[in-house]
Amino acid sequence: MELRKTETYSVQQMILEKKSKKKINMEKVMPKLLFLMAAISVFTTIGIILTLIFETFIFFDRVSIVKFLTEAKWLPFASTPSYGIMPLVIGTLKITVIAAVVAVPIGLATAIFLSEYASEKTRRIIKPILEVLAGIPTIVYGFFALTFVTPVLRDLFPSLDMFNALSPGIVVGIMIMPMIASLSEDALVSVPKSIREGAYALGATKLETTIKVVLPAAISGIVASIVLALSRAIGETMIVSVAGGSTPNMSMDVTSSIQTMTAYIVQVSSGDAGYGTTIYYSIYAVGMTLFVFTLIMNLLAQFISRKFREEY
Amino acid sequence: MKLINKSQVAKKMPVRLAVNTVCKGLFFLATLVGLIVLAILFYRIFTQGIGSLNGDFLQNFASRKPEEAGIKAALIGSIWLMVVVAPVSLLLGVGTAIYLEEYARKNWITTFIKVNISNLAGVPSIVFGLLGLTVFVRALALDRSILAAGLTMSLLVLPVIIVAAQEAIRAVPRDLREASFGMGATKWQTILKVVLPAAVPGILTGGILALSRAIGETAPLVVVGIPMFIAFLPQTVMDTFTVLPMQIYNWTSRPQEEFQQVAAAGIIVLLILLIFMNSIAVLIRNKFQKRY
Repeated sequence: MELRKTETYSVQQMILEKKSKKKINMEKVMPKLLFLMAAISVFTTIGIILTLIFETFIFFDRVSIVKFLTEAKWLPFASTPSYGIMPLVIGTLKITVIAAVVAVPIGLATAIFLSEYASEKTRRIIKPILEVLAGIPTIVYGFFALTFVTPVLRDLFPSLDMFNALSPGIVVGIMIMPMIASLSEDALVSVPKSIREGAYALGATKLETTIKVVLPAAISGIVASIVLALSRAIGETMIVSVAGGSTPNMSMDVTSSIQTMTAYIVQVSSGDAGYGTTIYYSIYAVGMTLFVFTLIMNLLAQFISRKFREEY
Repeated sequence: MKLINKSQVAKKMPVRLAVNTVCKGLFFLATLVGLIVLAILFYRIFTQGIGSLNGDFLQNFASRKPEEAGIKAALIGSIWLMVVVAPVSLLLGVGTAIYLEEYARKNWITTFIKVNISNLAGVPSIVFGLLGLTVFVRALALDRSILAAGLTMSLLVLPVIIVAAQEAIRAVPRDLREASFGMGATKWQTILKVVLPAAVPGILTGGILALSRAIGETAPLVVVGIPMFIAFLPQTVMDTFTVLPMQIYNWTSRPQEEFQQVAAAGIIVLLILLIFMNSIAVLIRNKFQKRY
């Protein structure tokens, strides 16, 4: 009896001693410390926005914003430089449209095949392969575009230039295809089985069920995945830098050399435009334009998937 | 009253079934496109690069002569980059995830942080490069060092790690926490000794995938101004350096045919490194992940 008493006493004593010994109260400090860590992601966004705004303002001090938005020539290295963003925007849009033409049908068809037709075994083989395709570094895709896709295309169309919009556009499409496939597949799989079975009971074939019942039910997720993927295509850098060339122009021709917004930033960064020159500040103005484009598309994707989601 | 004209249905049925079969074939073909492209890509790079890939290639520094060019500085540089990115991004990412999953109340600040993280994941990597150039290279005067590039990359992969860590922490069942509280543990003790150990496999898997993205990323480093041609090894995190993708970019953009083979050999090294990291991630996922 005596022994047990001292034991209880000593445990209480130990708790008290331990409590008094602690100098820092972890329970109060940790939440604050962790909140600070979470705040860093917010500071990153603020940092990006402030950086772009400040440096872009310096640029607009030297080049008028009206000319930046309306002039049809981007010739920063000429003796009388001209800074009209439109040629870079058109170069970017050309790449994005070609990428969409490649990625949307293939990605969507892959998603439909995986979610509606493929057996569990086939899915387990194909999905990791798509993940590998999505994980390949973009510089590798750039090398592939320049040394394989461009020569093959030039065999088919001899008029194609060494640097052109077609080849990097196709390869950017291949790069974003797994994203469309996997996000759209998630959207298709989340459509409940009972809806499909209702369509089968009415005598619809598998294709009719997919096109007329499952796709409309999953449309918000599918559209959101496409918008997100296209936003990736707009921001893609290395493929277009390696295989797209460096000639900003306004033409709709896809067989000749172009320059995208991202490729211009790379061209200036890898050259030696000195700190403080107008060319140096121009990359921030271009970066700002790029940031605004992708931000709008990301917000649009979030809006679509939230607003038009069908809840079952 | 006849609702269904059976003869009409019977007449259309073969066509409908045929269309179904044809479309199934088309969907399958589209799925094959991805696989075929991947096969061609691997085959091309392997056949182009294997000739240049030898012991000298791994031990030599970059050179103006393609036959003497090597990848030593870039390979060591990529490892140095990881030395900065791994601790910084894992610490910040896991910390943020713990805050969001365990401490954050449901209010506008929490919603704002979450929306912000998903938007940050969609910002093009080259824009992170502009942030790194302005804040780390110029404002904090870290120059073109491993530290400046590593911090830039850490911010870039942070959203990926946060989301992976959040999912891992969320998957730890409530019972474990309740049991820990029942034993008299405080909240922080529960997180540190019960929740985190249970979530470690998921966090590590996500972390390795995020790091493999950082290893393959080029654009932000070009903007930060990391040199592409270097003939020494860095000694501290304040030294300048180069990494595998930058070296490959440099070789790819040279006009000589021989440098393309050297670039392909560099790509093989990069891909082997990535496959190695990804297999570790898969191994961890299969070996340690418990299902509750």
